[in-house]
Amino acid sequence: MTENSTVAAGDVPQLNPLYLLRWEEPQQAHVMLYPEGVVKLNETAAAILLLCDGQRTAADIVADLNSRYTDADVSAGVYRFLETSHAKGWIRIKS
Amino acid sequence: MPKAGSGLSLDGDRIPMWLVLELTYRCPLHCAWCNNPLDFDNYRNELSTEEWKRVLREARAMGSLQLGFSGGEPLLREDLEELVGEADGLGFYTNLITSGIGLSRERLQVLKAKGLKQIQLSLQSSDRAITDSLVGAKAFDAKLAAAREIKRHGFPMVLNVPICRQNIEQTEEILKLAEEIGVDYLEFANIQYYNWALLNRSEFLPTREQIAMAEAAVARTRARLGKKMTIYFVIPDYFDERPKACMNGWGAIHLTIAPDGSALPCQEARVIPGLEFPSVRDAPLAWIWHESPVFNEFRGDSWMKEPCRSCPEKEQDFGGCRCQAYLLTGNAANTDPVCAKSPQHHLVVDAVAEAVAPGRRHRPIVMRRRDSINTAFMGCGG
Repeated sequence: MTENSTVAAGDVPQLNPLYLLRWEEPQQAHVMLYPEGVVKLNETAAAILLLCDGQRTAADIVADLNSRYTDADVSAGVYRFLETSHAKGWIRIKS
Repeated sequence: MPKAGSGLSLDGDRIPMWLVLELTYRCPLHCAWCNNPLDFDNYRNELSTEEWKRVLREARAMGSLQLGFSGGEPLLREDLEELVGEADGLGFYTNLITSGIGLSRERLQVLKAKGLKQIQLSLQSSDRAITDSLVGAKAFDAKLAAAREIKRHGFPMVLNVPICRQNIEQTEEILKLAEEIGVDYLEFANIQYYNWALLNRSEFLPTREQIAMAEAAVARTRARLGKKMTIYFVIPDYFDERPKACMNGWGAIHLTIAPDGSALPCQEARVIPGLEFPSVRDAPLAWIWHESPVFNEFRGDSWMKEPCRSCPEKEQDFGGCRCQAYLLTGNAANTDPVCAKSPQHHLVVDAVAEAVAPGRRHRPIVMRRRDSINTAFMGCGG
């Protein structure tokens, strides 16, 4: 891959427009749908991706989630997941 | 038929996540690798619009999510748009699998409005003459025009290129053409040898050298384009040491409905004799999927014989393809002979060797046509 997959605090992640993210009642989970594929998301993955709206920065996303999940700082986990999502092509970094 | 991109990362929980509706076997093309049955013309008793809608409702209630409208050529059904609208309303992710013939701007506009999510278009070559000769019709210009219209309407697009000896050396040119069109996913799908393709196997099997060259071209383009275009290259299973995880297992996540309403665990399953495929006209889909004998015939692993039964990899490939096991060894419960552990693996090795033997007598390619072969010996499907 030619693109670097690190995500910085000021980056603005956005769901890849080829992907459709939505709640799937029979699975009781959020799923991402794309040509010929489905990814079932766990709760935290869905919470992060739902915030990848092309408006919020990565730092905004961390702040939002930290306000909801107060047990521990989610920062490291969120960045790791954003980087994985970027590498998989689920999200793009808005330039 | 397993597709490169259809590796669902869901366990499925025994839900038919992936539903394929073969709306019709009618088709303007005559591709000699077609996976429709040899007696395709016996399936004129197609489900009505209302019957298809009932199938959609029943499948969605069971949790089906990915939906492929396939054929034949699904555009030959004038109710395609209506069915897409119904499916979208029910919450399916709708895919149209088409040759592109008949995909006018007007139909694309309506399909978009009805909620169609993506289009998979087939293309056989970057060369007009080769394409037209492979599909037995003047199709290249229409396919290219369709490709450009699909992108103009903003659909995600999979370009599916069935790969055989005749076109594999154009991989580089096909990659360039796909890039120029703006294809999102390019799928080099090596022909799989069932039905029409099996009749023509010795003429279509590529050589190992050709496969290596094509893979190198794909790797170069991947390195250059990064994420701009996703490229799948599935090597033909005949050249592999382990079988494909066909359909993710029989009756696991895939459900195909044939034009006459027969429910199939995979599109090729009717090649296995002695199985009775219930029709959605006669039974509820949930019963067919969960209870009918045919969907349980090879479900799980209790049907397995050695070497599969004690194989540590049986959870990965499920013993390979039941249809291929039957077609090549005469018993659908045998290990897929693609597997190097199969006592009949030599059947696959010999087929590859025969196809590339120097000085071999070539056979004429049998095109998919009603009168190409005598199918009177076959059970009538329709």
